[in-house]
Amino acid sequence: MTEFIHPGFVLIFGALLLPFAMGPLRKPYIMLVPILAFMSVLNMQHGTYGVVNFMDWELTFGRVDALSQVFGYIMTLMCIIGSMYGLHVKDPKEHMAAWMYVGGSLGVIYCADYITLFIFWELMAFTSVFLVWFRKRKESLPTGFRYLLVHTAGGLILLAGFVLRYKATGALDFNLLDVDHPALYTYLIMVGFILNAAVPPFHAWLPDAYGEATVSGAVFMCAFTTKTAVYALARGLAGLDILIVLGVIMALYGVVYAVLENDSRRLLAYHIISQVGYMVAGVGIGTQMAINGACAHAFAHILYKGLLFMGCGSVLYMTGKSKFSELGGLYKKMPWAFVFTLIGGLSISAFPLFSGFVSKSMIVFAGAEQHLYWASFLLTLASAGTFLHTGLKVPYFIWFGKNNCSKETWEKAADPPWNMMVAMAVASFLCIFIGSYTPYLYKMLPYQNEAADYALHVYSSYHVSESLQILLFTALGFFLLIKKLAPEPTISIDMDWFYRIGGRGFFWLARKPIQTFDTWFSEVYRTVGLHPLMTTSKFWSWFDWHGIDGVVDGLARFVRSLGTKLRTVQDGRLQHNIYYAVAIVAVLIVTYVYG
Amino acid sequence: MIVKLIDYLRDRLKTVIRICYGVLALLVLYDIFFVDKHSAHLAIEKVPGFWAIFGFIACVLIIILSKWYGHVKWFGSDFRVMSPEDFYDD
Repeated sequence: MTEFIHPGFVLIFGALLLPFAMGPLRKPYIMLVPILAFMSVLNMQHGTYGVVNFMDWELTFGRVDALSQVFGYIMTLMCIIGSMYGLHVKDPKEHMAAWMYVGGSLGVIYCADYITLFIFWELMAFTSVFLVWFRKRKESLPTGFRYLLVHTAGGLILLAGFVLRYKATGALDFNLLDVDHPALYTYLIMVGFILNAAVPPFHAWLPDAYGEATVSGAVFMCAFTTKTAVYALARGLAGLDILIVLGVIMALYGVVYAVLENDSRRLLAYHIISQVGYMVAGVGIGTQMAINGACAHAFAHILYKGLLFMGCGSVLYMTGKSKFSELGGLYKKMPWAFVFTLIGGLSISAFPLFSGFVSKSMIVFAGAEQHLYWASFLLTLASAGTFLHTGLKVPYFIWFGKNNCSKETWEKAADPPWNMMVAMAVASFLCIFIGSYTPYLYKMLPYQNEAADYALHVYSSYHVSESLQILLFTALGFFLLIKKLAPEPTISIDMDWFYRIGGRGFFWLARKPIQTFDTWFSEVYRTVGLHPLMTTSKFWSWFDWHGIDGVVDGLARFVRSLGTKLRTVQDGRLQHNIYYAVAIVAVLIVTYVYG
Repeated sequence: MIVKLIDYLRDRLKTVIRICYGVLALLVLYDIFFVDKHSAHLAIEKVPGFWAIFGFIACVLIIILSKWYGHVKWFGSDFRVMSPEDFYDD
């Protein structure tokens, strides 16, 4: 057996062959492929593999080191859990999209040059969008297009960044950039990365898409895009100071919007933004302790956030509802889903013995070590908000609280099918295992000395006491102010307003003058052109039909068709425009480099 | 099993709440008398029960400020961050 089999390719080829595994073979096959991918990660030895010469460039598909291994490990593991959770889904296309999406993530994680990175980066966006579309609601289509549009824009900024870097330095390698002397291209690459990490103001795609994705699709989406971006930031931009500020803003921004949110899955999505904020801040701090913290937190986060999306997803799957204002009091009907979601909630809130406790605090600790007390305090403040929502609000308003269920919702509610239960049980076990037995996670971290140092501190009486006080007194505040938190059937306007309403304004501007011109032209044509002339002579009539009609009406038709074209741009042909935009910008950039 | 346990606790809600207050009090006492605080980074962390106060204030601040942010009318218009669900519908 060779030392390196790319787990991403295992998943991509596995996805292509999936339609051929029919009947009784389907379910074993769905479990087998992610397990093979996971085993290929376990089997890897550190080194560089899969170097391919393509034109003038050297593409590297397999860079295996401690940093890529910790991400590769958790992503393939999550792929197994997610596939298990979606095992009941009949449509093979959903599994195919999910696996190719994970394949894209793994491609980014193991690559060592920007061209390979870019290809897999785009693969992620163009496959994960199907996990939104397969929900098949009326809103799914436009939501998917918005998701694709934002990611394509981000991809182009990333492309511009690394091509500028290539022009300036002749290098395409994907390694740590000179963060002490950032150039324009450094910032462009950063914007490309942080858009996928959902850093405000580039974050609105995340709650928009994850709230709309299919039940099992959201379990995949919540794990891969943002954490792949965290990996890319840790690899390329560790120590870039601005990331500390952005990370802290993210952590708090997600908390504020989570207070306002009425949809459970959108609330969880806002908490992804908050949690990824810790990782982005960790990358910005950039010390070995902080990078360890970012990796550990990404690892723990993938599991507990997947678990939370599985828990709320199972409520959605069984009842068809995900809004707090349409749920409540379900503990009698879905007790196991409650227990698993609560474990996810305690993990994300960093309760002692749960996974978040051993990962999140590492970043806060790294900040304090660098005397960035403001960052550490604000991140601690955000963690109170995390418990407030994910640990308390989500379980309380779905399983307790006022029963807002309709009769139909109440009757449909029950614990989900066995495969979903198994997936949640496995994730729950891992969340507790990571929190209780620290060497499992700490032995995988890239910097072993720092991890060993921190292992001595993590369960010190001071840290345990500090965390418990913050959490339990947050709970006190929650129950005292619970009336204020009662669900409100609203949506929260976020940055997507700019491309949802702003975009509409653009099309109105484009359409309105052209339509006016069109109508006006027809009017002129009717009164000046057609009417008087028809009454004078056959000659003029003939001239009108063959001359004016040909020219003027042709023009009018042309203008009208232009208006129609712009309308279709808005309606549905967006994918073509996206492809054209990508192609044109790519060509422009390449011409600029070689011109 | 789980449902029975939850119902058992709900039937004795007053006692459960009293026990919870007891736990909070014990936690603060433990912090004051038993915790070794030499690893604290700042002097303020050595205030007795500092993190309990921090947690409570953080929670109240987050709820009140976020709700204000969601409900306030921005720029003197009728626009609020928390808008009706059909906000984006045509």
